[in-house]
Amino acid sequence: MKNVVFGAVSAAALMSANAVVAEPQAEVLHWWTSGGEAKSVAVLQQEFADNGGTWTDMPVAGGGGDAAMSALRARVLAGNAPTAVQLKGPAIQEWYEEGVLADISAVAEAEGWADVLPASIAGHMMCEGTWCAAPVNVHRVDWIWANADVLEANGIAMPTTWDEFNAAAEKLQAAGIIPLAHGGQAWQDATVFEAVALGILGPDGFRKAFVELDEATLTSDEMIAVFDQMRTLRGYVDPNFPGRDWNLATAMVMNGEAAFQIMGDWAKGEFLAAGKAPGEDFLCASVPGEGFLYNVDSFAMFDVEGEDNQAGQALLAKLIVGPSFQKVFNLNKGSIPARVDVALDEFDSCAHLSAKDMTASSEGGSLLPSYAHGMALRGAQSGAITDVVTSHFNSDMSSEEAVKQLATAIANSL
Amino acid sequence: MTDVTIHPARSQSRLGKIALRWLLYIILGLFALYYLMPLFVMVTTSLKSLEEIRTGDLISLPRVVTFEAWTTAWSTACTGIQCEGVRPYFWNSVLIAVPAVLISTLVGALNGYVVAQWRFRGSNLFFAAMLFGCFIPFQVVLLPMARLLGIMGIAGTIPGLIFVHVIYGLGFTTLFFRNYYVSIPSELTKAAKVDGAGFFRIFWSIFLPLSLPIIVVTVIWQFTQIWNDFLFGVSFSQAGTQPITVALNNIVNSTTGVKEYNVDMATAIIAALPTLLVYVVAGKYFIRGLTAGSVKG
Amino acid sequence: MSKWLEDHLPKVVLAPSFIAVLVFVYGFIAWTAWVSLTRSKLLPKYEIHGFIQYDRLFAAPRWDVAMNNLFIFGALFIVISMVLGLLLAILLDQNIRTEGAIRTIYLYPMALSMIVTGTAWKWILNPGLGVEATVRGWGFENFTFDWLVNPDMAIYTIVIAAIWQSSGFVMALFLAGLRSVDTEIIRAAQVDGIPTWRVYTAIIIPSMAPIFLSAFIVLSHLAIKSFDLVIALTGGGPGFASDLPATYMYAMAFSRGDIGQAASSAMIMMAVVFAIVVPYLYSELRAKND
Repeated sequence: MKNVVFGAVSAAALMSANAVVAEPQAEVLHWWTSGGEAKSVAVLQQEFADNGGTWTDMPVAGGGGDAAMSALRARVLAGNAPTAVQLKGPAIQEWYEEGVLADISAVAEAEGWADVLPASIAGHMMCEGTWCAAPVNVHRVDWIWANADVLEANGIAMPTTWDEFNAAAEKLQAAGIIPLAHGGQAWQDATVFEAVALGILGPDGFRKAFVELDEATLTSDEMIAVFDQMRTLRGYVDPNFPGRDWNLATAMVMNGEAAFQIMGDWAKGEFLAAGKAPGEDFLCASVPGEGFLYNVDSFAMFDVEGEDNQAGQALLAKLIVGPSFQKVFNLNKGSIPARVDVALDEFDSCAHLSAKDMTASSEGGSLLPSYAHGMALRGAQSGAITDVVTSHFNSDMSSEEAVKQLATAIANSL
Repeated sequence: MTDVTIHPARSQSRLGKIALRWLLYIILGLFALYYLMPLFVMVTTSLKSLEEIRTGDLISLPRVVTFEAWTTAWSTACTGIQCEGVRPYFWNSVLIAVPAVLISTLVGALNGYVVAQWRFRGSNLFFAAMLFGCFIPFQVVLLPMARLLGIMGIAGTIPGLIFVHVIYGLGFTTLFFRNYYVSIPSELTKAAKVDGAGFFRIFWSIFLPLSLPIIVVTVIWQFTQIWNDFLFGVSFSQAGTQPITVALNNIVNSTTGVKEYNVDMATAIIAALPTLLVYVVAGKYFIRGLTAGSVKG
Repeated sequence: MSKWLEDHLPKVVLAPSFIAVLVFVYGFIAWTAWVSLTRSKLLPKYEIHGFIQYDRLFAAPRWDVAMNNLFIFGALFIVISMVLGLLLAILLDQNIRTEGAIRTIYLYPMALSMIVTGTAWKWILNPGLGVEATVRGWGFENFTFDWLVNPDMAIYTIVIAAIWQSSGFVMALFLAGLRSVDTEIIRAAQVDGIPTWRVYTAIIIPSMAPIFLSAFIVLSHLAIKSFDLVIALTGGGPGFASDLPATYMYAMAFSRGDIGQAASSAMIMMAVVFAIVVPYLYSELRAKND
């Protein structure tokens, strides 16, 4: 437990005018490599440097972190783990169980993380009662984006139920507009699926199905209805959707070629980059149904040798959750801060909506982890669900058959 | 030239001959289009502005040609928080590929020389074992290799990557040289032995001078494989030793960011330039080298 | 001592490679076999749990698809690449004036990795952007080429791109073969008035048997290792319709944290390789031992 002792010492030292003996160092493995994301991480690096740290960048993009994870495994097996790693959801606890994560409780307690983070998000950062990761942001996954002009021209309001959505889609289709812009990649299929599931199963049903893997819920009639709605949505997608990148789908909404897209709030960055204004050119709303699906990016600290590295971890953890980084980073990234006490004056209307809903759903118990983005389940189980979802969406499989396969696949993955 | 041209039957007219000739060129030309199509798309896209890509046809000539994407890719594109383009990674790749190609070629030449000319009990079995090794999917070896590199203390270093590439290149280099040397009469070795020349002497002054064509083939093959490798590069590197394919991947595979296709394509072409150059310059020797015996196995 | 060294020098020279192959190929296969019998998740564990991973593997519909695809893809890729390579080599061997340039054009795809060309192929094959849209733009409104987005046909688009990448190389092999056929025999045949196509089918092509074998080895090794191609072009989709064993294994090992499952799929892949390569090696080495 020398980490705890040292961490406490260094955190205390950090607070007293950065008088640390060892020079903080960190090699950071992450997959934020493109424009806005990279700029956002650069902010962190700058703060790290301003506090006397030396940051070594180890970026590995691809497959939503798959490539980074294979690099991470190789590094850990070689006994050469990076200092800090972008890691999220139950994967944090999985790595903790392998005994390779460092304890950052000293920093977390000194900084009072428990008071500023929503409880369910804080839960993801804890391993058996100790703090083992630092949250960066909260992406909301269950968004629906729309082209304002297209909706107006067709006399459609933002739908608040799936029936309304279907009615709007029929109308748009008749007018020759693609109702739903979608990219047929497994993770995008899963993103739409969980948004539909949240609406139809409700927050409690969602939790039972995708957090607790309750078999009764997974095979319930409501779940069949979820797959039915997926089949309906399939009819609202243009035929060329398979393999399309999500940002090209967003572009379709921007051009007015399509009306809606169901996607997390990183899509906002795409709209903003094209010079579109929220509320005027494009609209954002939560998908029909109650609740809030979050996708929280975070950094876990790996157990490494050397005082300079451990000082680096403490400093990094402190800065990541610090209010200034939380604000600047999330302005760049399209998400909202994980800590609730950051002033949102400079954020746009979609972010305000997101923050408001997060607080409300946190109190109402409907703040839920996104399964599609690896927040709710371990890789083997979420992967098994995604296999069924994408296979159903891309074939003429019946909803009953899909539900049956879902139960089998999950049983087989355990 | 084998001198076997398709001679139309003698009764056919001159006109028919010309028509046939034209048909031949048309077929060859159509195939050339098939092979060139992806390159065409890549080059035209890299010369467009992002605005034109966002609004226009993805597969069309640029309305306004701009080289901005190329300079961005080389020196200012963000591959992480560093925005220095692919330049630093380019040199890492050179530092990995050059020694790895040289070492694996040399060892392969010696192996091939032994297996073809100095046979002993079990040398064929060794060769078979080596060939089978060519087929091992690299995903299989990632994890145990990582562990061993860690034990050897070269994890995450350039020598570590060179080591991995040499090990998994040996199968093919041995195959190439063995098939080449096996066509050289063994009497040559025997006569040299009678004259008192030793193992290395024979290799150095008889076999190596004969080997230029097959060296070209092996070097092209190995250079292409190693330069284009992503899996080993991403798994066995650390900050500062990542090869260009990792940088390319970081630029192309942004997860939730805005995609700049023109920069993606320019980066892709830059990453491919060395191998393209090798094929264009050494392509002639490539065929010659293959002709000289490597395929007679 | 130096006499001993001299006698054993060939073995000494081979020794490092021998040890390397033993450890880094066969040692690692053994390691994989061991891990395939465990319940390893995120990182390898070494406690044996029997054949549970194989049971899970054979129960997974996705693995079925991947294996089927491997056979479809492998067979088409190897056969078409060989036929096309041979055809192009014969056509190019007709005293073509621009041979150098054309040959380079046919050969260059081998120099590019699929990470590089994947996006371009994705656009070309996408019905809304590429070939279909272009041909329709020319006025052929009914022209359809939607394999990329059709779950039943997606695997064939991978075949198209794979052939694009490798057939030039096969052509080079055959071209080299054509250039080393004994010209005397051919001339004699032509003097006898044997038609050209017969010269090819009866004399030239049979004499290139070793090249077919070399091409087969190179192509089958590419087929079994095809990975970048699928990831770049279809990502295994639509759904998982174009998954191959290599992508399945990678997904299990690295995105799902299910290393035991990945190891069992790797063992099945190795068994397939074994079934293909060993007969080849056997025939190769038996011939040489005579």
